[in-house]
Amino acid sequence: MVTLFYYALVAFVSLLLVVNLVRSRSWERDVLYVIVLVPFLLRLLRLK
Amino acid sequence: MTTRLLAQKIVVAALGLALFVSAGISFHRSRNLAEPVVLGPGVTSVKKLGEYFAAIRGTVNDCNLYFMEGREPGGTMLVLGGSHAEEPAGRLAAWLFVENGTVEKGRVIVALSANRSASTMTRLGGAYPPDFTIDTPSGPRMFRMGDRWTNPLDQWPDPEVFIHYPSGQELAYVDIRNLNRTWPGRPNGTFTEKTAFAFMEMIRREKVDVAIDLHEAELQYPVISTIVTHQRGQELATMVSMMLTDNEDFKIGTEFSPLTLHGLSHREIGDHSPAISLLFEAPEPFLDATRGITSREQLLTGKDEFVVKAGRHGLLFEEIDEKGWPIAVRVGRHTSSILQVAETWSEDNPAKPLAISGVPRYAEVIEKGVGAFLQDVTKAGKDRLAYE
Ligand SMILES: [Zn+2]
Repeated sequence: MVTLFYYALVAFVSLLLVVNLVRSRSWERDVLYVIVLVPFLLRLLRLK
Repeated sequence: MTTRLLAQKIVVAALGLALFVSAGISFHRSRNLAEPVVLGPGVTSVKKLGEYFAAIRGTVNDCNLYFMEGREPGGTMLVLGGSHAEEPAGRLAAWLFVENGTVEKGRVIVALSANRSASTMTRLGGAYPPDFTIDTPSGPRMFRMGDRWTNPLDQWPDPEVFIHYPSGQELAYVDIRNLNRTWPGRPNGTFTEKTAFAFMEMIRREKVDVAIDLHEAELQYPVISTIVTHQRGQELATMVSMMLTDNEDFKIGTEFSPLTLHGLSHREIGDHSPAISLLFEAPEPFLDATRGITSREQLLTGKDEFVVKAGRHGLLFEEIDEKGWPIAVRVGRHTSSILQVAETWSEDNPAKPLAISGVPRYAEVIEKGVGAFLQDVTKAGKDRLAYE
Protein backbone atom coordinates (compact mmCIF):
# COMPACT_ATOMS: atom_id res chain seq x y z
CA MET A 1 0.00 0.00 0.00
CA VAL A 2 2.68 2.48 1.07
CA THR A 3 4.75 1.26 -1.88
CA LEU A 4 1.94 2.09 -4.34
CA PHE A 5 1.64 5.55 -2.83
CA TYR A 6 5.41 5.98 -3.05
CA TYR A 7 5.56 5.10 -6.74
CA ALA A 8 2.56 7.37 -7.42
CA LEU A 9 4.47 10.17 -5.70
CA VAL A 10 7.60 9.45 -7.75
CA ALA A 11 5.50 9.54 -10.94
CA PHE A 12 3.84 12.80 -9.89
CA VAL A 13 7.17 14.54 -9.12
CA SER A 14 8.57 13.25 -12.43
CA LEU A 15 5.60 14.82 -14.18
CA LEU A 16 6.17 18.13 -12.36
CA LEU A 17 9.80 18.09 -13.45
CA VAL A 18 8.82 17.51 -17.07
CA VAL A 19 6.26 20.35 -16.90
CA ASN A 20 8.92 22.64 -15.39
CA LEU A 21 11.36 21.61 -18.10
CA VAL A 22 8.87 22.56 -20.82
CA ARG A 23 8.02 25.87 -19.14
CA SER A 24 11.50 27.07 -18.19
CA ARG A 25 13.19 29.85 -20.15
CA SER A 26 16.86 29.38 -19.19
CA TRP A 27 19.13 26.56 -20.25
CA GLU A 28 20.64 26.30 -16.73
CA ARG A 29 17.17 25.47 -15.42
CA ASP A 30 16.66 22.94 -18.23
CA VAL A 31 19.86 21.14 -17.27
CA LEU A 32 18.86 21.19 -13.59
CA TYR A 33 15.43 19.66 -14.26
CA VAL A 34 16.87 16.97 -16.52
CA ILE A 35 19.55 15.95 -14.00
CA VAL A 36 17.02 15.83 -11.16
CA LEU A 37 14.63 13.83 -13.33
CA VAL A 38 17.11 10.99 -14.01
CA PRO A 39 17.00 9.29 -10.56
CA PHE A 40 13.22 9.68 -10.46
CA LEU A 41 12.88 7.84 -13.76
CA LEU A 42 15.36 5.16 -12.65
CA ARG A 43 13.28 4.50 -9.55
CA LEU A 44 9.96 4.67 -11.42
CA LEU A 45 11.18 1.97 -13.84
CA ARG A 46 12.68 0.02 -10.90
CA LEU A 47 16.16 0.16 -12.36
CA LYS A 48 17.74 1.55 -9.19
CA MET B 1 8.26 28.87 -27.72
CA THR B 2 10.92 30.10 -30.11
CA THR B 3 12.73 27.65 -32.37
CA ARG B 4 15.95 28.40 -30.52
CA LEU B 5 14.36 27.59 -27.16
CA LEU B 6 12.86 24.40 -28.54
CA ALA B 7 16.21 23.32 -30.00
CA GLN B 8 17.89 24.04 -26.68
CA LYS B 9 15.33 21.91 -24.81
CA ILE B 10 15.70 19.06 -27.27
CA VAL B 11 19.49 19.08 -26.86
CA VAL B 12 19.30 19.16 -23.05
CA ALA B 13 16.60 16.46 -22.99
CA ALA B 14 18.68 14.28 -25.34
CA LEU B 15 21.70 14.63 -23.03
CA GLY B 16 19.49 13.72 -20.06
CA LEU B 17 18.11 10.75 -21.96
CA ALA B 18 21.64 9.55 -22.75
CA LEU B 19 22.51 9.85 -19.06
CA PHE B 20 19.35 7.97 -18.08
CA VAL B 21 19.84 5.21 -20.65
CA SER B 22 23.52 4.60 -19.85
CA ALA B 23 22.85 4.56 -16.08
CA GLY B 24 19.76 2.41 -16.59
CA ILE B 25 21.64 -0.13 -18.69
CA SER B 26 24.44 -0.32 -16.11
CA PHE B 27 22.04 -0.81 -13.18
CA HIS B 28 19.89 -3.31 -15.10
CA ARG B 29 22.96 -5.27 -16.14
CA SER B 30 24.41 -5.43 -12.66
CA ARG B 31 21.06 -6.55 -11.23
CA ASN B 32 20.72 -9.28 -13.85
CA LEU B 33 24.28 -10.38 -14.54
CA ALA B 34 24.26 -14.19 -14.48
CA GLU B 35 27.30 -15.68 -12.79
CA PRO B 36 28.05 -19.19 -14.04
CA VAL B 37 28.87 -21.95 -11.59
CA VAL B 38 30.53 -25.11 -12.89
CA LEU B 39 29.30 -27.96 -10.73
CA GLY B 40 32.40 -29.73 -9.50
CA PRO B 41 32.80 -33.47 -9.02
CA GLY B 42 31.41 -33.27 -5.47
CA VAL B 43 28.08 -31.60 -6.22
CA THR B 44 25.37 -34.24 -6.05
CA SER B 45 22.32 -31.97 -6.33
CA VAL B 46 21.32 -28.32 -6.53
CA LYS B 47 18.30 -27.32 -4.47
CA LYS B 48 16.58 -24.02 -3.90
CA LEU B 49 16.19 -22.15 -0.62
CA GLY B 50 12.48 -21.78 -1.40
CA GLU B 51 12.06 -25.54 -0.96
CA TYR B 52 12.36 -24.92 2.79
CA PHE B 53 10.02 -21.95 3.03
CA ALA B 54 7.39 -21.26 0.39
CA ALA B 55 7.39 -17.46 0.81
CA ILE B 56 10.91 -17.31 -0.63
CA ARG B 57 10.10 -19.52 -3.64
CA GLY B 58 10.51 -17.70 -6.95
CA THR B 59 11.79 -14.50 -5.32
CA VAL B 60 15.17 -12.88 -5.93
CA ASN B 61 16.41 -14.57 -2.73
CA ASP B 62 15.44 -18.08 -3.84
CA CYS B 63 19.15 -18.89 -4.04
CA ASN B 64 20.82 -22.12 -5.10
CA LEU B 65 21.94 -24.58 -2.45
CA TYR B 66 24.73 -26.86 -3.63
CA PHE B 67 24.57 -30.25 -1.94
CA MET B 68 27.80 -32.22 -1.80
CA GLU B 69 26.89 -35.64 -0.49
CA GLY B 70 29.77 -37.83 0.67
CA ARG B 71 30.28 -41.46 -0.31
CA GLU B 72 30.21 -42.32 3.38
CA PRO B 73 27.82 -40.84 5.96
CA GLY B 74 28.97 -38.32 8.53
CA GLY B 75 28.28 -34.82 9.77
CA THR B 76 26.69 -31.96 7.82
CA MET B 77 28.43 -28.63 7.29
CA LEU B 78 26.79 -25.51 5.86
CA VAL B 79 28.93 -22.85 4.17
CA LEU B 80 27.29 -19.47 3.60
CA GLY B 81 28.85 -17.15 1.02
CA GLY B 82 27.26 -13.81 0.21
CA SER B 83 25.51 -13.02 3.49
CA HIS B 84 27.12 -9.69 2.76
CA ALA B 85 27.49 -9.51 -1.00
CA GLU B 86 30.04 -6.68 -0.83
CA GLU B 87 32.54 -9.12 0.68
CA PRO B 88 33.66 -11.03 -2.42
CA ALA B 89 36.26 -13.29 -0.77
CA GLY B 90 33.46 -14.99 1.15
CA ARG B 91 31.54 -15.74 -2.02
CA LEU B 92 34.65 -16.81 -3.95
CA ALA B 93 35.86 -19.17 -1.22
CA ALA B 94 32.48 -20.90 -1.26
CA TRP B 95 32.71 -20.96 -5.08
CA LEU B 96 36.00 -22.89 -4.89
CA PHE B 97 34.27 -25.56 -2.78
CA VAL B 98 31.45 -26.00 -5.31
CA GLU B 99 33.73 -26.09 -8.37
CA ASN B 100 36.56 -28.20 -6.91
CA GLY B 101 35.48 -30.08 -3.82
CA THR B 102 34.75 -33.73 -3.32
CA VAL B 103 33.21 -34.95 -0.10
CA GLU B 104 34.33 -38.39 1.03
CA LYS B 105 32.59 -38.45 4.38
CA GLY B 106 29.59 -36.46 5.55
CA ARG B 107 27.86 -33.73 3.63
CA VAL B 108 28.53 -30.11 2.70
CA ILE B 109 25.81 -27.63 1.73
CA VAL B 110 26.97 -24.39 0.10
CA ALA B 111 25.17 -21.11 -0.64
CA LEU B 112 27.03 -18.62 -2.86
CA SER B 113 24.47 -15.83 -2.62
CA ALA B 114 22.84 -16.13 0.80
CA ASN B 115 21.29 -12.69 0.34
CA ARG B 116 20.94 -12.70 -3.44
CA SER B 117 19.04 -9.43 -3.46
CA ALA B 118 22.03 -7.69 -1.84
CA SER B 119 24.22 -8.91 -4.68
CA THR B 120 22.17 -7.02 -7.27
CA MET B 121 23.33 -3.50 -6.37
CA THR B 122 26.25 -1.69 -4.76
CA ARG B 123 26.21 0.63 -1.77
CA LEU B 124 24.35 3.85 -2.57
CA GLY B 125 26.79 6.72 -2.92
CA GLY B 126 29.78 4.40 -2.42
CA ALA B 127 31.00 4.58 -6.05
CA TYR B 128 31.67 0.83 -6.00
CA PRO B 129 32.11 -0.90 -9.38
CA PRO B 130 29.06 -2.99 -10.35
CA ASP B 131 31.16 -6.05 -11.10
CA PHE B 132 34.67 -7.46 -11.12
CA THR B 133 36.51 -10.03 -13.18
CA ILE B 134 38.74 -12.92 -12.19
CA ASP B 135 41.11 -14.16 -14.89
CA THR B 136 41.11 -17.93 -15.27
CA PRO B 137 43.06 -20.24 -17.60
CA SER B 138 39.89 -20.54 -19.71
CA GLY B 139 39.19 -16.80 -19.85
CA PRO B 140 37.72 -14.07 -17.67
CA ARG B 141 34.86 -14.77 -15.24
CA MET B 142 32.68 -11.85 -14.20
CA PHE B 143 31.03 -11.53 -10.80
CA ARG B 144 28.54 -9.06 -9.37
CA MET B 145 29.88 -6.71 -6.74
CA GLY B 146 27.08 -6.45 -4.21
CA ASP B 147 26.04 -4.57 -1.12
CA ARG B 148 25.76 -5.25 2.60
CA TRP B 149 22.00 -4.77 2.52
CA THR B 150 19.02 -6.20 0.67
CA ASN B 151 18.23 -4.11 -2.42
CA PRO B 152 15.62 -1.46 -1.49
CA LEU B 153 13.78 -2.46 -4.68
CA ASP B 154 13.08 -5.78 -2.93
CA GLN B 155 12.38 -4.48 0.58
CA TRP B 156 11.02 -1.05 1.34
CA PRO B 157 10.52 1.11 3.41
CA ASP B 158 12.96 1.06 6.32
CA PRO B 159 11.64 1.91 9.81
CA GLU B 160 13.02 4.62 12.13
CA VAL B 161 14.51 1.91 14.35
CA PHE B 162 14.90 -1.78 13.57
CA ILE B 163 13.59 -3.85 16.45
CA HIS B 164 15.15 -7.29 16.15
CA TYR B 165 12.89 -10.32 16.43
CA PRO B 166 12.64 -12.16 18.82
CA SER B 167 15.06 -10.35 21.19
CA GLY B 168 13.49 -6.89 20.94
CA GLN B 169 16.98 -5.40 20.67
CA GLU B 170 17.14 -2.03 18.90
CA LEU B 171 19.45 -1.93 15.91
CA ALA B 172 20.22 0.64 13.20
CA TYR B 173 17.23 1.21 10.90
CA VAL B 174 19.13 0.14 7.77
CA ASP B 175 20.02 -3.23 9.31
CA ILE B 176 16.45 -4.37 8.84
CA ARG B 177 17.83 -5.23 5.36
CA ASN B 178 21.02 -6.82 6.70
CA LEU B 179 20.82 -10.63 6.60
CA ASN B 180 23.45 -10.83 9.33
CA ARG B 181 21.30 -8.78 11.70
CA THR B 182 17.97 -10.49 11.06
CA TRP B 183 18.74 -14.05 12.17
CA PRO B 184 16.81 -16.18 13.08
CA GLY B 185 14.12 -14.38 11.08
CA ARG B 186 10.38 -15.04 11.13
CA PRO B 187 7.86 -16.38 8.63
CA ASN B 188 5.67 -13.25 8.62
CA GLY B 189 8.49 -10.69 8.79
CA THR B 190 10.28 -8.54 6.24
CA PHE B 191 11.82 -10.06 3.12
CA THR B 192 15.25 -10.29 4.79
CA GLU B 193 13.72 -11.87 7.93
CA LYS B 194 11.93 -14.40 5.72
CA THR B 195 15.25 -15.20 4.03
CA ALA B 196 16.91 -15.82 7.41
CA PHE B 197 13.91 -17.93 8.46
CA ALA B 198 14.18 -20.03 5.29
CA PHE B 199 17.84 -20.73 6.10
CA MET B 200 16.93 -21.63 9.69
CA GLU B 201 14.29 -24.06 8.38
CA MET B 202 16.89 -25.60 6.07
CA ILE B 203 19.47 -25.84 8.88
CA ARG B 204 16.94 -27.58 11.15
CA ARG B 205 15.53 -29.89 8.49
CA GLU B 206 18.89 -30.92 7.02
CA LYS B 207 20.26 -31.39 10.55
CA VAL B 208 23.27 -29.15 9.99
CA ASP B 209 26.01 -29.75 12.58
CA VAL B 210 28.29 -26.82 11.78
CA ALA B 211 27.24 -23.59 10.04
CA ILE B 212 29.99 -21.30 8.70
CA ASP B 213 29.20 -17.76 7.60
CA LEU B 214 31.93 -16.18 5.43
CA HIS B 215 32.65 -12.46 5.70
CA GLU B 216 35.21 -9.76 5.14
CA ALA B 217 35.71 -6.61 7.18
CA GLU B 218 37.26 -3.17 6.76
CA LEU B 219 40.56 -2.80 8.62
CA GLN B 220 39.04 -0.11 10.81
CA TYR B 221 36.56 -2.68 12.17
CA PRO B 222 37.67 -4.38 15.40
CA VAL B 223 36.23 -7.79 14.48
CA ILE B 224 38.73 -8.87 11.82
CA SER B 225 41.02 -11.81 10.94
CA THR B 226 39.10 -13.94 13.37
CA ILE B 227 36.60 -16.71 13.93
CA VAL B 228 33.56 -15.58 15.87
CA THR B 229 31.95 -18.54 17.57
CA HIS B 230 28.79 -19.47 19.38
CA GLN B 231 29.53 -20.77 22.90
CA ARG B 232 28.93 -24.36 21.76
CA GLY B 233 31.74 -23.94 19.23
CA GLN B 234 34.35 -22.41 21.51
CA GLU B 235 36.57 -25.46 21.75
CA LEU B 236 36.31 -26.16 18.04
CA ALA B 237 37.06 -22.56 16.99
CA THR B 238 39.96 -22.15 19.41
CA MET B 239 41.53 -25.37 18.18
CA VAL B 240 41.01 -24.34 14.53
CA SER B 241 42.63 -20.91 14.98
CA MET B 242 45.56 -22.51 16.83
CA MET B 243 46.08 -25.08 14.08
CA LEU B 244 45.87 -22.46 11.33
CA THR B 245 48.23 -20.06 13.06
CA ASP B 246 50.72 -22.88 13.72
CA ASN B 247 50.58 -24.65 10.37
CA GLU B 248 49.57 -22.21 7.66
CA ASP B 249 51.51 -19.04 8.18
CA PHE B 250 48.58 -16.72 8.79
CA LYS B 251 47.19 -15.30 11.99
CA ILE B 252 43.57 -15.86 12.87
CA GLY B 253 42.03 -15.32 16.28
CA THR B 254 38.94 -16.54 18.07
CA GLU B 255 36.23 -14.38 19.53
CA PHE B 256 33.22 -15.48 21.46
CA SER B 257 29.83 -14.35 20.25
CA PRO B 258 28.40 -12.03 22.92
CA LEU B 259 25.34 -13.62 24.54
CA THR B 260 23.28 -10.46 24.32
CA LEU B 261 24.20 -9.24 20.84
CA HIS B 262 21.38 -10.39 18.60
CA GLY B 263 20.62 -10.93 14.95
CA LEU B 264 24.04 -12.27 13.93
CA SER B 265 24.54 -15.76 12.54
CA HIS B 266 27.13 -16.75 15.18
CA ARG B 267 24.55 -16.06 17.90
CA GLU B 268 21.17 -17.00 16.44
CA ILE B 269 21.91 -20.10 14.33
CA GLY B 270 23.43 -21.69 17.44
CA ASP B 271 20.57 -20.50 19.66
CA HIS B 272 17.78 -21.61 17.34
CA SER B 273 19.11 -24.90 15.98
CA PRO B 274 21.37 -27.72 17.13
CA ALA B 275 24.12 -26.44 14.78
CA ILE B 276 27.35 -24.88 15.99
CA SER B 277 27.62 -21.48 14.34
CA LEU B 278 30.89 -19.87 13.30
CA LEU B 279 31.64 -16.66 11.38
CA PHE B 280 34.95 -15.95 9.64
CA GLU B 281 36.27 -12.44 8.96
CA ALA B 282 39.03 -11.69 6.43
CA PRO B 283 40.51 -8.20 5.85
CA GLU B 284 39.06 -6.18 2.96
CA PRO B 285 40.60 -2.69 2.53
CA PHE B 286 38.02 -2.09 -0.21
CA LEU B 287 35.46 -1.43 2.54
CA ASP B 288 37.54 1.04 4.52
CA ALA B 289 36.09 4.53 4.71
CA THR B 290 39.56 6.05 4.21
CA ARG B 291 40.22 4.12 0.98
CA GLY B 292 41.37 5.94 -2.13
CA ILE B 293 40.06 5.10 -5.60
CA THR B 294 37.26 2.54 -5.33
CA SER B 295 38.28 0.57 -8.41
CA ARG B 296 38.02 -3.04 -9.53
CA GLU B 297 41.79 -3.18 -9.14
CA GLN B 298 41.59 -2.15 -5.48
CA LEU B 299 38.91 -4.80 -4.92
CA LEU B 300 41.27 -7.51 -6.19
CA THR B 301 44.70 -6.28 -4.99
CA GLY B 302 43.60 -4.85 -1.66
CA LYS B 303 46.30 -2.22 -2.13
CA ASP B 304 45.54 1.26 -0.89
CA GLU B 305 48.00 3.94 0.17
CA PHE B 306 45.37 5.82 2.16
CA VAL B 307 44.47 2.77 4.23
CA VAL B 308 48.20 2.20 4.76
CA LYS B 309 48.43 5.78 5.99
CA ALA B 310 45.51 5.21 8.37
CA GLY B 311 47.51 2.25 9.72
CA ARG B 312 50.51 4.47 10.40
CA HIS B 313 48.25 6.65 12.51
CA GLY B 314 47.19 3.62 14.55
CA LEU B 315 43.61 3.64 13.27
CA LEU B 316 43.46 0.02 12.10
CA PHE B 317 42.82 -3.33 13.77
CA GLU B 318 44.82 -5.28 11.17
CA GLU B 319 48.20 -4.64 9.56
CA ILE B 320 48.54 -3.47 5.97
CA ASP B 321 51.55 -2.48 3.88
CA GLU B 322 52.16 -1.71 0.19
CA LYS B 323 51.56 -5.39 -0.64
CA GLY B 324 47.91 -4.92 0.35
CA TRP B 325 45.44 -7.74 0.93
CA PRO B 326 45.09 -9.52 -2.45
CA ILE B 327 41.92 -11.48 -3.10
CA ALA B 328 43.86 -14.80 -3.18
CA VAL B 329 45.10 -14.22 0.38
CA ARG B 330 41.59 -13.44 1.59
CA VAL B 331 40.01 -16.40 -0.24
CA GLY B 332 42.80 -18.75 0.90
CA ARG B 333 42.27 -17.78 4.53
CA HIS B 334 38.64 -18.81 4.18
CA THR B 335 39.21 -22.11 2.34
CA SER B 336 41.87 -23.21 4.84
CA SER B 337 39.70 -22.20 7.78
CA ILE B 338 36.72 -24.18 6.46
CA LEU B 339 38.88 -27.25 5.76
CA GLN B 340 40.44 -26.99 9.21
CA VAL B 341 36.99 -26.84 10.83
CA ALA B 342 36.08 -30.06 8.99
CA GLU B 343 39.27 -31.75 10.18
CA THR B 344 39.06 -30.63 13.79
CA TRP B 345 35.34 -31.41 13.89
CA SER B 346 36.03 -34.94 12.64
CA GLU B 347 38.64 -35.54 15.36
CA ASP B 348 36.18 -34.41 18.02
CA ASN B 349 33.18 -36.21 16.49
CA PRO B 350 34.44 -39.50 15.01
CA ALA B 351 30.87 -40.76 14.64
CA LYS B 352 30.01 -37.79 12.38
CA PRO B 353 33.12 -37.21 10.26
CA LEU B 354 33.57 -34.61 7.53
CA ALA B 355 36.19 -35.39 4.88
CA ILE B 356 36.62 -32.96 1.98
CA SER B 357 39.25 -33.10 -0.76
CA GLY B 358 40.11 -31.14 -3.91
CA VAL B 359 39.73 -27.69 -2.37
CA PRO B 360 42.97 -25.64 -2.35
CA ARG B 361 44.27 -24.35 0.95
CA TYR B 362 45.79 -20.93 1.75
CA ALA B 363 49.27 -21.45 0.27
CA GLU B 364 47.96 -23.05 -2.91
CA VAL B 365 45.39 -20.33 -3.59
CA ILE B 366 48.10 -17.68 -3.17
CA GLU B 367 50.56 -19.58 -5.36
CA LYS B 368 48.17 -20.27 -8.25
CA GLY B 369 45.56 -17.54 -7.84
CA VAL B 370 41.80 -17.81 -7.39
CA GLY B 371 41.24 -18.08 -11.15
CA ALA B 372 43.19 -21.33 -11.36
CA PHE B 373 40.39 -22.99 -9.41
CA LEU B 374 37.50 -21.68 -11.49
CA GLN B 375 36.64 -24.32 -14.08
CA ASP B 376 36.08 -23.89 -17.81
CA VAL B 377 32.45 -22.85 -18.33
CA THR B 378 32.50 -23.78 -22.02
CA LYS B 379 33.57 -27.35 -21.28
CA ALA B 380 30.92 -27.96 -18.61
CA GLY B 381 27.91 -29.93 -19.76
CA LYS B 382 24.57 -28.15 -19.55
CA ASP B 383 23.53 -30.30 -16.60
CA ARG B 384 26.79 -29.41 -14.80
CA LEU B 385 26.25 -25.66 -15.02
CA ALA B 386 24.26 -23.45 -12.66
CA TYR B 387 23.81 -19.70 -12.44
CA GLU B 388 23.83 -17.35 -9.49
ZN1 LIG C 1 30.09 -9.12 6.54
